Amino acid sequence: MSFVQNFPFFSIIIAMFSGIISSVLDGKRARNLCLSVIVLTTGMSLAVLHFCVRTGQSYTYMMGHFPAPWGNEIRAGILEGLTAVLFGLVMFFSVTGGMDHTAVDVETSKQNLFYIMIDLMLSSLLALIYTNDLFTAYVFVEINTIAGCGLIMIRQIGRSLSSAIRYMIMSQLGSGLFLIGLSLLYDVTGHLLMSPAREAVAGIEAAGLYQVPMLVIMAVVSVGLAIKSGLYPFHYWIPDTYGYATPTASAVLSGLVSKGYIFLLIKIFYRVLGRENVIASEIVNVLFVFGLAGMLMGSVHAILERDTRRMIAYSSVAQIGYIYMGIGLGTQAGMVAAIFHMFTHSATKALLFISAVGLYEVSGNRKDFRSLQGSGYRNPLAGIGFTVGSLSMVGFPMLSGFISKLLFATSALQSPHKMLPTVIALAISTILNAVYFLRLVITLYTIPGDSPENKEKELANKEKAPEKRPVLTAGTWKLPLAIISFILLNLTLGLYSQPVVAWIGSGLAMFD
Amino acid sequence: MSRQRDDYENSWWRKFKGWVDGEVDLLAEGMEIRAPQMQEEGKTDKPSAPLLPSGTAENPLRETQPTDGQLPKIAEERRGIRWLRRFYQVMSVFLCLSIIFVLLWTVAYLPAFGNAGNPDNNEVSARYIERGVQETGAINIVTGMILDYRAFDTFGESCVLFIASCCVLVLLRIDITESGGRAGKRLAESNDRLFEPKDDVILQKCACILVPLILVFGIYIVLNGHLSPGGGFSGGAVLGSGLIFYLNAFGFRKTERFFTEKVYRRITLCALTFYCLAKSYSFFTGANHLKSGIPLGTPGAIISSGLILPLNICVGLVVACTMYAFYALFRKGGM
Repeated sequence: MSFVQNFPFFSIIIAMFSGIISSVLDGKRARNLCLSVIVLTTGMSLAVLHFCVRTGQSYTYMMGHFPAPWGNEIRAGILEGLTAVLFGLVMFFSVTGGMDHTAVDVETSKQNLFYIMIDLMLSSLLALIYTNDLFTAYVFVEINTIAGCGLIMIRQIGRSLSSAIRYMIMSQLGSGLFLIGLSLLYDVTGHLLMSPAREAVAGIEAAGLYQVPMLVIMAVVSVGLAIKSGLYPFHYWIPDTYGYATPTASAVLSGLVSKGYIFLLIKIFYRVLGRENVIASEIVNVLFVFGLAGMLMGSVHAILERDTRRMIAYSSVAQIGYIYMGIGLGTQAGMVAAIFHMFTHSATKALLFISAVGLYEVSGNRKDFRSLQGSGYRNPLAGIGFTVGSLSMVGFPMLSGFISKLLFATSALQSPHKMLPTVIALAISTILNAVYFLRLVITLYTIPGDSPENKEKELANKEKAPEKRPVLTAGTWKLPLAIISFILLNLTLGLYSQPVVAWIGSGLAMFD
Repeated sequence: MSRQRDDYENSWWRKFKGWVDGEVDLLAEGMEIRAPQMQEEGKTDKPSAPLLPSGTAENPLRETQPTDGQLPKIAEERRGIRWLRRFYQVMSVFLCLSIIFVLLWTVAYLPAFGNAGNPDNNEVSARYIERGVQETGAINIVTGMILDYRAFDTFGESCVLFIASCCVLVLLRIDITESGGRAGKRLAESNDRLFEPKDDVILQKCACILVPLILVFGIYIVLNGHLSPGGGFSGGAVLGSGLIFYLNAFGFRKTERFFTEKVYRRITLCALTFYCLAKSYSFFTGANHLKSGIPLGTPGAIISSGLILPLNICVGLVVACTMYAFYALFRKGGM
């Protein structure tokens, strides 16, 4: 066994250990520890990815002295490594980009708690990616949920507390359904590890036993994880949660946490329930319809929204809808497109949240359209970052959003019954995306008019809203670094999409 | 020749342009129930900021002084909101009932409880029962399972406790160093010690008798985790409740002599660090097929079963400290 194969285990344990250590460190040390741990784990994930690509196969790793059906196990393959690398990168740049705001928004003596949450969030995401055991998945879903709540409410203002409560209730509902699904599954299969459970499920399906429980298990697990990732009819917690948390928390929650659950769902579909069983049970069609509804309704809500940060949050609803639509297509190509869009969305949405923060900084921390007029000139780099993110979301060629839309469209052509609704919804949703994103981009580059009426209004605005929070000193290197790196990540995904798509394909092939 | 339009203000283009510029509120005429000061709300630190969505929905309606022309409209909106609320209540009851029905219906199709031929009576539980004592050294099979066979899950569970206590710290700990008079006010608000009866003789005498018993019993449960029912989680809960009892009887001044936030942090850190390192060692050796070299001892002896006893102690310490910390944080926002 080569040493690289230990890395998935190391990265999970190191992230957890750094969280534990951070409880006695002060804010600054905890922050540095957190950043170095993210770098370290990302490097390890890269090595795992390289190893799996080189050997061309996945491997399981025994957690302890007992083999598969008795002890815990984790598993690494190309898709796991790739996802871990991308999540690590997005996590690193989100934390760096929002660092100054974290320092202002969070009370000084609670800074280290914020980084504990980030550390444990990282470890739980890695565990959700690498796990090969259903109960381990549940335990880390719990850690993920609690860390998410902590990240939202650490800002300690009214709105963020209320949105944390809402997030907690919805998330717990999802976890509860997921747990019910797991217990039912254990009852009919007698296994908690994925590979033996898969064999047991295959035996049950072949014998035609337990048809009702299997259907309920699939429904409950899918709906539970869909609630947690914010699929359309269960999206109500999203705008508040993403709209009022600190920038880092918004970027991490929208970019990574919901994707972690989707990745787990895909893994369960492939590695436990069996893809053909899930397709035969028509659960995918339900996900498909909800995904389509999310694509349209999320965009409509975003158009009606006046607070730009909540607008970006509503756009997440639409993008999650895209991902579920891809899963709902029920084909291999649709799944590849969904996973690629997962990556696209985590890179792009984090970029949007982080660069929007740069724009609010120069607009007196106000988030409405009128105050943002001309802010693209006041903070050029943030303006460019936001423009690139918007164009990527709309599907501009060269950026990653274009590739995922292309993949969705081509995969839709392969499933005859769902082709028409998919393509129509893609077209309408793209137009709606363009309407609200380009509107904001136009606003960013509109110089406010010089008419006396406008000046009066501005004056009134200034008097009405005196600055309450301490102002940040502009011009630190962290935000620009994060924005530039996110733009590069987007361009990379857009221009070198071929190997990524190939890796996703071979990673999915390893799941079977 | 192009025609000069007189009604430019009402033209579609003007409306579109105004919308792009953020001038026109699309919902101004419709049912906009959010308060107009929404944008600023995010920044105010007033504790009176509305906590419930229903509060935000109703406040503007209550606060505005309606003119005569607006009255019927407002009454209509109120009726609409009331109707919606009733609709939600009915629908939520209906949804709960249907979920209960579906789950009960599923249970009817599950394998009968306690049947020998059930799917969960397979090689997994057979090996736990037959070879559990020999492989883990723990007579209590449950402890052997959670702390040896599936120790990774249990490590995750203790991290759940850790992060939950961190969240409570975020929410309830009051910082003296915090700027302004806010901290002082919050401290005074949450300091309910002024109102409670002090030096209650009956309570103190009972505590004198019961607290040592409870603590000894808790320690017994923790230490015998691998021999009899119990273990870190349950024993820790008993220990924590003993500490809380002591605190209630004698007040914070007595407990602060031996249990402050520093002590709490150190204990949690040491316990979790030991847990993490010990288990990392055993995972690493196990995965690489090396011998762990930790003797299992004779099953049944108090010092046996390898790492399980120290791990149980760690879990017990973490649970006891977390319970006490929760209580102290809810009582006065600190330890």
